[in-house]
Amino acid sequence: MAATHTDKAFEQDLRNLREKLLAMGAKVETLIAQSTKALTDRDSSLAEQVVGADREVNRLEVDIDDLCRRILALRQPAASDLRLITTALKIVTDLERIGDLAVNIAERAMDLNQVPPLAPYYVDTPKLAELAQQQVKKALDAFVSGDAAKAEDVLKGDDLLDALFLKIFNELLAYMMEDSRNIRRATALMFIAKHLERIGDHALNVAEMVIYMVRGKDVRHPRSRDLE
Amino acid sequence: MPLSSATPRNKMEARELTLRYGSKVAIKQVSLAIPEHKVTALIGPSGCGKSTFLRSLNRMNDLIPGASHDGMVFLDGRSIHDRALDVVDLRRRVGMVFQKSNPFPKSIFENVAYGLRVGGLKDKTKLAARVEKSLRGAALWDEVKDRLEESALGLSGGQQQRLCIARALAVEPEVLLMDEPASALDPIATAKIEELIHELKATYTIAIVTHNMQQAARVSDRTAFFYMGELVECGATEQIFTNPHEKRTEDYVTGKFG
Amino acid sequence: MKHTTRKVVGLSLVSLTGLAAFVMVAMLALILLDVVRGGWSHLSWQFLSQAPTDGMMGGGIFPALFGTAALTLLMTLAVMPVGVLTAVYLHEYAPPSSILARVVRVAVANLAGVPSIVFGLFGLGFFILFVGKGLDHALGYEELHWAQPGILWASLTLAVLTLPVVIVSTEEALRAVPQEQRTASLALGATQSQTLARVVLPGALPGILTGAVLAISRGAGEVAPILFTGAAYFLPDLPTSLNSQFMHLGYHTYVLATQSPDVEATRPLLYATVLVLLLLTFALNLVAVLIRTRTRRKAAAGH
Repeated sequence: MAATHTDKAFEQDLRNLREKLLAMGAKVETLIAQSTKALTDRDSSLAEQVVGADREVNRLEVDIDDLCRRILALRQPAASDLRLITTALKIVTDLERIGDLAVNIAERAMDLNQVPPLAPYYVDTPKLAELAQQQVKKALDAFVSGDAAKAEDVLKGDDLLDALFLKIFNELLAYMMEDSRNIRRATALMFIAKHLERIGDHALNVAEMVIYMVRGKDVRHPRSRDLE
Repeated sequence: MPLSSATPRNKMEARELTLRYGSKVAIKQVSLAIPEHKVTALIGPSGCGKSTFLRSLNRMNDLIPGASHDGMVFLDGRSIHDRALDVVDLRRRVGMVFQKSNPFPKSIFENVAYGLRVGGLKDKTKLAARVEKSLRGAALWDEVKDRLEESALGLSGGQQQRLCIARALAVEPEVLLMDEPASALDPIATAKIEELIHELKATYTIAIVTHNMQQAARVSDRTAFFYMGELVECGATEQIFTNPHEKRTEDYVTGKFG
Repeated sequence: MKHTTRKVVGLSLVSLTGLAAFVMVAMLALILLDVVRGGWSHLSWQFLSQAPTDGMMGGGIFPALFGTAALTLLMTLAVMPVGVLTAVYLHEYAPPSSILARVVRVAVANLAGVPSIVFGLFGLGFFILFVGKGLDHALGYEELHWAQPGILWASLTLAVLTLPVVIVSTEEALRAVPQEQRTASLALGATQSQTLARVVLPGALPGILTGAVLAISRGAGEVAPILFTGAAYFLPDLPTSLNSQFMHLGYHTYVLATQSPDVEATRPLLYATVLVLLLLTFALNLVAVLIRTRTRRKAAAGH
């Protein structure tokens, strides 16, 4: 955006909001990476760190909500500013959910670290984690730079994520059918994969909101709109 | 978002309207429709031509020496500059409420009856009935019914402005032009005027000029953004305030002025 | 500037301006005191209601009082319509670029600066010798009928003299009517003449009336313009028609002061006459103030 707001305090508020969202995004990205690492490296203390760090994410969520409410009440934002605020209010929920999912992964990892590992289970899970993390990063980058094209990349990338999840799912299913003693560990792993897939979905939500923010056009649920 | 069943008829329409004061161009090539039974808000910075445009709709600009125009303005499909159309009749059909409430130094009754009297209505019963109806229409009746003979200048600012609306309603216009009707009022009086505008649009077609963007957002169905004498963008109010198509509109509604 | 210097300058300015104001009031008080002291004892109903007697050494001033009143009334009837209409044209109808309006304004301003004796000569030359003679000729009078000094010509001369006062104060009054009220009236579908009759003139009325009374008090006191156009030296009979001559308080004062064979004997009469003239002027000014406040209150009350 070339022009800046005549009201400098308003401009500062909006900059704060962007920076806070960015910080929150960076934080959840780290949590995804750390929780996966806790699993692959069988590092339970790292997993505990993840569980503890979630509080920080929650605090950022509350902060951002407050800031948005304040801007809405005091500045009556319109047009792109209004879209930025409503987008922030929505993606902050997605980011918080991503943080929660990372915590869930860390908790499963702690469980799994109590028992011997299940053969080559992490071959594809870390890849899935990396994909999910990339999706989140891309969506947040798109938000920060107001880049709708990048957000559309995220929409496309979700198919890859889904395909990989299906592959892992089938593999784990095979382990379970092979030996019933694997079921407990395989199920835990399946949960982790599912959590990662859910993280991808939240990244998708963020990307959709970014496209709305940039273009002022809602790309969600195209079919439900046709009914009206 | 669901569209209303049928596209409303255009009550008034300007086509390529250019207005000059002497050699100074106040508005250039403005084409804008005022749909029937809708509130159309005209917004833009001071001197952008929005008030000039509003005043051209009932030819109040004719009163300014040196004013001239090109282009057409239609009321129900007929040019308002048509020689056969009397400007006095035009102003009875297209009423106006001004920024500064300007009641005459007469009684409340006489203020509202003014337009009827100059129109030749003498019957006292009819006058009284129309005055009551107009005051009710402007949501002022209950406050003044016991003091109709008192001076209008004794009313509060908000009441005076509603009196001016009642006065405009008394001649039963089809279109009501409002030039910043609430800019001098406190928030409560403003809210009353805005509520009134909501009620009036069922009967009248309204065009309102306002400096207050939130007000435009609250009261209008359509918003037109003027800048430097040009119509930059006109669209559904929701669209203008959430997703304007033009960069200049975007900068204006978000508060970015150079 | 030092603090003390500033204080001294301030104080001296206060005392200087205060002194000027005091001198002003003192002069007025002295004049009033002198006039009242000299004339009060001679003031009586007889003085006001009788004609002068004994070669103006006795009797009253009734013909002069009546003549002044009649003259002023006629002058008002002549000056108000012309003055108000001119002002209305200038302020309401003439376009701002109008050359005619500019010429009229310059003429009005200059008219106000012309010495009153010139008006007298103008009245004699224009009204009596030109218009009057023309009338006599046209109407077939053998002897002088209109072409001689008379109350009509005197009042018209005064009307010309007071015209600037009326035009200027009426224009001022019209300017004081808020433009928004004209716009509001027009926006309600009133024509320009309806707006003028129902909004502008009622709103300007207090100012117009003030102008009228100002013109009257000015006209009532002027002597020079009527010297050659109708005022009589001594005329115990009241004027009966528009071409009659008449007595006038101001002229009577002048005559008593300068033409009396016995100055000492006339002095009480002179004082009393001046007192009556002053009272008349004050009364007129008072009426002006009353009318103004009353119409203002009425306007504010909304009737």
